[in-house]
Amino acid sequence: MAQEPLAADAKPWRSSEETPFIKLRNITKVFGDFTAVDDVSLDIYKSELFCLLGGSGSGKSTLLRMLAGFELPTSGTIEIDGQDMAGVPAYARPTNMMFQSYALFPHMTVEKNVAYGLLRDGVSKTEVKNQVGDMLALVQMSELAKRKPHQLSGGQKQRVALARSLIKRPKVLLLDEPLGALDKKLREETQFELVNIQESLGITFIVVTHDQEEAMTLACRIGVMDQGRIVQIGEPEEVYEYPNSRFVADFIGSVNMFEGRVIEDDDDFVRIQSEDAGCEIYVSHGVSCSPNQTLWFAIRPEKLEITKKKPKGSTNIISGIVEDIAYLGNLSTYRVRLDSGKIMRLTRTNRARSDEDKITWEDKVYITWDDKAGVVLTS
Amino acid sequence: MNRKSWFLPGVTIFGFVFLYAPIISLVVFSFNKSKLVTVWGGFSTKWYGELLNDPQILGAAWISLKIAFISATIALIFGTMVALVLTRFGKFRSKNLLNGMITAPLVMPEVITGLSLLLLFVSMEAAFGWPAGRGMLTIIIAHTTFGMAYVAVVVQARLSDMDDSLEEAALDLGAKPVRVFFDITLPVIAPALVSGWLLAVTLSLDDLVIASFVSGPGASTLPMVIFSKVRLGVSPDINALATIMIGIVGLGVAIAAFSLLRKPKTKLK
Repeated sequence: MAQEPLAADAKPWRSSEETPFIKLRNITKVFGDFTAVDDVSLDIYKSELFCLLGGSGSGKSTLLRMLAGFELPTSGTIEIDGQDMAGVPAYARPTNMMFQSYALFPHMTVEKNVAYGLLRDGVSKTEVKNQVGDMLALVQMSELAKRKPHQLSGGQKQRVALARSLIKRPKVLLLDEPLGALDKKLREETQFELVNIQESLGITFIVVTHDQEEAMTLACRIGVMDQGRIVQIGEPEEVYEYPNSRFVADFIGSVNMFEGRVIEDDDDFVRIQSEDAGCEIYVSHGVSCSPNQTLWFAIRPEKLEITKKKPKGSTNIISGIVEDIAYLGNLSTYRVRLDSGKIMRLTRTNRARSDEDKITWEDKVYITWDDKAGVVLTS
Repeated sequence: MNRKSWFLPGVTIFGFVFLYAPIISLVVFSFNKSKLVTVWGGFSTKWYGELLNDPQILGAAWISLKIAFISATIALIFGTMVALVLTRFGKFRSKNLLNGMITAPLVMPEVITGLSLLLLFVSMEAAFGWPAGRGMLTIIIAHTTFGMAYVAVVVQARLSDMDDSLEEAALDLGAKPVRVFFDITLPVIAPALVSGWLLAVTLSLDDLVIASFVSGPGASTLPMVIFSKVRLGVSPDINALATIMIGIVGLGVAIAAFSLLRKPKTKLK
């Protein structure tokens, strides 16, 4: 429709020459004596699908509401497409929002709900009719145009809310937990539809969610928020594979974390002695740290190998007893009690239908991993 | 099992009889032919006819209706404003005070309300000559004060039930705040407005005590006329009048309840 779609490999945030479409500078929001958003600066680029991910009370929704103009920042500036938003009321901003509760007007039909925004702009009746028709077709709701919101299912309401927020072709669409109220199966379908619509319209989407899986599937980039601050911004893969702090590593996906002490630090490897793990950890890349410094080694459950036979070598090997196994069909999750007393989680794909030499409860096992599989965290 | 199934209907019937037997007997005796109120003399509607030929009663009824409509309408506007302030303007310093004060007329003994209003009107007249004398105007003001409290309570409940993001959504789509109020807020709270207004009307029609305090010559409301007539002995035409009033009030309450019951339909998750 309008605007050219984003090329699949376009990643404007990787180039320093691109000018950001939305610029947040030192945004702080204080409610009474509670700081909801704490000095956030953020650049979002045109046609990007940006996810703000965080737990409840992390300030992600407040940030979104400040973009929409429902809350005013205590300090800092918001700029959208070169225009400073200070003093611009919510009804005059080039943003539209899709609410978590959908907020469909209960006394209006689907059609009138979608048309509301255009009518406020004084668009002619025939033009409104055409555009509403097109938009309802886009979200596959044409047949239910005459229904009232209370006659719709959750998924249908979600589509209407999306259509209503897209009808004015906003420069930025703000989505507050867009899939939160849908059941799991519908969620998965809708996720992909949302991405398709975003790509075909080329509108910049900012999504707020607490669900890391949702953020991973939807986003071009994710901004992880904690206690009012953005703690890491990156592409989904980056945030998952290279978390920059223990909080991010722990918040996104599951992780095994070991505290340790640097015993040998070289340009291209580090040796860590860990009481937690009960072994020496060898990492085959340089880490900016000093000898004897305390740091944390994080490794994802799916990056671990588990065997009953003791492997060769002495680093990156932990032994323990299988305490629990959860069979999930495609995967199995093992909980292993290490000799140090710590519980370690690991997952394995169930490739073979049956395994003669199956690992079972109370087995003594050895856990190993590649020397590039983990992440060393200093904060 | 069988005995238990008798218990609930039994109690229910007893309750209904207890509440409505006096009213039903009044309605029945309003169709009594006999001039003696307590002796049944056959069916007749002559007391209704007599009522229509009584200029005093018709005049009082007309005054009562005017007072009820005007005071309920003013109460609706003010009460809605109070409810909006209490639910939409966040926290302000005197919020709890206002919240408590607005419900005070609901629990205040009518005698006290009436007396205090009378004292106020008298001293106001002495101070700056308004309201000049007591009559319909003072009754309207008095009824507005308590009608407003009922409207505020009913509308406030509805407003705090309403999803805040409805108004935000309209704002977000380009409607200015005033437009949002008329396009979104008003239609959503309309059932509460209807029932609040009807409540205020029926309460105004019912009121005897406050009206007696603040009324003046030439402004006797229907309850006042009935009460003064009954003191000279109950005549059957009062029964007919009471029946008509029960009809009107019952209808008002029924419509009010019905419009509030429609709530779940329009309420969004």
